Amino acid sequence: MNGADRSEPVSYAKQGGHGVVLSIENFSLWYGRTQALFDNTLTIERGLVTALIGPSGCGKSTLLRSLNRMNDLIDEVRISGDIRLDERSIFDPSVDVIALRKRMGMVFQKPNPFPMSIYENVIYPLKVDGVRDRRILAELGERALKGAALWDEVKDRLNESALGLSGGQQQRLCIARAIAGDPELILMDEPCSALDPIATSKIEELMNELRGHYTIVIVTHNMQQAARVSDNTAFMYLGRMIEYGDTQKFFLKPALERTEDYITGRFG
Amino acid sequence: MEAKSTATYADSMVATREVAVARHTATDLTAQGEPYLWALGGALAAGILMILGFLLMVAWNGIATFLPKPIEAVTLKSGAVIAGEPSRFEYYRPAAQELAALTPGERAEIEANNGFATRTLYRTGNYDLYHEDFRWVPGHDVSKLVRPKQMLFAERQEWGPFVGKLKSVEAPGLASPITNVNDPRFAQAHGRALARRSRIGEIERKQIGSINYYLENERLALRRAALKYGGASPQYADAKRTFAQRSAELNQQYARLAAEAQALRAEDAKDRITLTEIGGREKNLALSEIVRIYPANALTVAGRMRVYLSRWWEFLSAEPREANTEGGVLPAIFGTCAMTLLMVVFVAPLGVITALYLHEYARQGRIVSSVRISVNNLAGVPSIVYGVFGLGFFAYVLGAGIDASLYPERLPNPTFGTGGLLWASLTLALLTVPVVIVATEEALAAVPRSMREGSLACGASKWQTIRNIVLPRAMPGIMTGIILAMARGAGEVAPLMLIGVVKLAPDLPIDGFFPFVHLSRSFMHLGFHIYDVGFQSRNSEAAKPMVFVTTILLITLIAAMNALAIAVRNRLKRKFAGSQF
Repeated sequence: MNGADRSEPVSYAKQGGHGVVLSIENFSLWYGRTQALFDNTLTIERGLVTALIGPSGCGKSTLLRSLNRMNDLIDEVRISGDIRLDERSIFDPSVDVIALRKRMGMVFQKPNPFPMSIYENVIYPLKVDGVRDRRILAELGERALKGAALWDEVKDRLNESALGLSGGQQQRLCIARAIAGDPELILMDEPCSALDPIATSKIEELMNELRGHYTIVIVTHNMQQAARVSDNTAFMYLGRMIEYGDTQKFFLKPALERTEDYITGRFG
Repeated sequence: MEAKSTATYADSMVATREVAVARHTATDLTAQGEPYLWALGGALAAGILMILGFLLMVAWNGIATFLPKPIEAVTLKSGAVIAGEPSRFEYYRPAAQELAALTPGERAEIEANNGFATRTLYRTGNYDLYHEDFRWVPGHDVSKLVRPKQMLFAERQEWGPFVGKLKSVEAPGLASPITNVNDPRFAQAHGRALARRSRIGEIERKQIGSINYYLENERLALRRAALKYGGASPQYADAKRTFAQRSAELNQQYARLAAEAQALRAEDAKDRITLTEIGGREKNLALSEIVRIYPANALTVAGRMRVYLSRWWEFLSAEPREANTEGGVLPAIFGTCAMTLLMVVFVAPLGVITALYLHEYARQGRIVSSVRISVNNLAGVPSIVYGVFGLGFFAYVLGAGIDASLYPERLPNPTFGTGGLLWASLTLALLTVPVVIVATEEALAAVPRSMREGSLACGASKWQTIRNIVLPRAMPGIMTGIILAMARGAGEVAPLMLIGVVKLAPDLPIDGFFPFVHLSRSFMHLGFHIYDVGFQSRNSEAAKPMVFVTTILLITLIAAMNALAIAVRNRLKRKFAGSQF
């Protein structure tokens, strides 16, 4: 079975028991004239870690960025289809994009701490949300840093510049910043690709701890990582969703030959 | 078979490598770029040398200006005596008539020197007696040259310097007249006279000046009432009563102060000094008329330094005298700083907000591109055109409108309807805004996309992202733009000539009277001062050194303002220093 002409992926995702938080329905995206995503359909289960894998250029980052409407920043983007967060379309004109983004935290491929102190970085989402009380800010900031397993390392130097941290620490700071506003979803775009193995394993540990409290969608080109951390894995190829399922079953015995070829490294 | 071909292959590889090695050790200089390196380095060095040379020339001519020069008494062959400071020395070709009047011996000397004779320019001073400040004395015409110890150089309030000897100083307070300049009483008497003069000045300029100011305000208030309510209304009658009362009070104060000043003047006029010029003629003047007097040939090194430093201090802190060729440039320094600061206050927000809009919010298309092109073209417009625009639009249209609605009582005298501090600053802000816009756009574009996206992903709005992340990060670049704008604006003179700068301003634009910053007043400007002193003065020889000194001052002032702005920028830069991952 090839599956190249199917518009719907083969799907056997694990249910989390708390329902679907995000459902992507026939979502297509064009950059100008070029179509990047073709009729993607996917459901993200609440409280679980979902991994998007696929070869370079298959559109996984584009799909991820569409989830919090970061693609709105690009002028020539055109979409069709729908993405629903808790049954409500995120493209509805009455939806406030900024409120939407507050419900999702995003971690990028290259750590991007702001040129401020560590403390200022972590409480940034709270400050832009209008929280002014210093005690609340300090408390939430500490909680976020603890949640990102960074507190012990930085608690004595909260006022130093965030740019002085190592790469792994900066990425954990970005994760802390992403969870500071208590979002429902955390979107991670290849968060470990610029880090060394030890920092990578620390972040993977972190993802294990965050599972359950948050829904995580992670884009990764590292299949072993996907196998280690995720509950559900989706395979994309050339802008199409090919297969989506429970990670155990996915990596043990994928349904489609193309998936198996990719997993075993025959291409990509 | 195979072994052989392998051997040959290996040999050929070695041979290729040897050739490659040989080639590497003798790489063509042109390929390395050596000639271009030298050419560019040489061009940079030439540019720096030219700037340094210019600065040195200005400094050389200007720094020595205030040093007191000796006074030479020259006896000419005709018997006439000339005394003065030697200010210039040159070689020249005498005209035929002049050669004809010389003795054969002198002519032979000139011939031996390739036809060149020498001459010295003496600053003889005493314009009121000689009707000339300077005089050329040919070297061959000199029969005797001495430097008498008693010759004095006296700087006066009017008529320029006096070169001569002291005859006597008489004052009611002196037991006997002073005849020797080394007499300790002389310095005391002079000090007293100067103190009295400054007291008179304070009474007349400050106190009587403020009474005049209040009187004028009362008159304007009355006129305002007349315009608003009409001449026959009861409010006008009230206003007239108040006016009469207030002006009576003020006139009383005026009379008292005027009497005080008059008394002081009368007392002042009694201290007199008589000086004799080299030819014997006497000049009697009030002692307080002498600003500075010193024996030019009898000064010690300390004495010279004292005169030098006191002249510098006067230059920086006093007002101009003698049609701007003497005295100080304090009003010009003040005006330059005030105008530049006000210009920065206008140009910084205007430029930054425009650039923010163009870069962040405007939909990039043909209209925005044409706006950008227009802004860049603004930078190419000749600055005097800005002056014309400022005068025509700001002063004659906007200013007339403001006058008609806010200051009708002063008409037909224009308040804002003519050049002044406000319009000059606005005009120069327009002139320098392209620099700020371009620099700001560059700085905004240099903020990495990842930082913006990070902020937006945190749930910040576009404006919050700009305010919290983008602008602080772009601030060093924006400061650079503002520094450039400030440097350019502080030095522009052409537009100012039309829109607010005057040769001599009676008041400073910022003073102690409400509203403290008088935006409608004309002001003086160092750049214009240089032009005025250099080209508009009666006495270009005397003015030349002043031009250099004022140039030094202007360059120093702009350098100081730039240094301050650069220091601020460096502090901002340090905030963002740190390892970027």
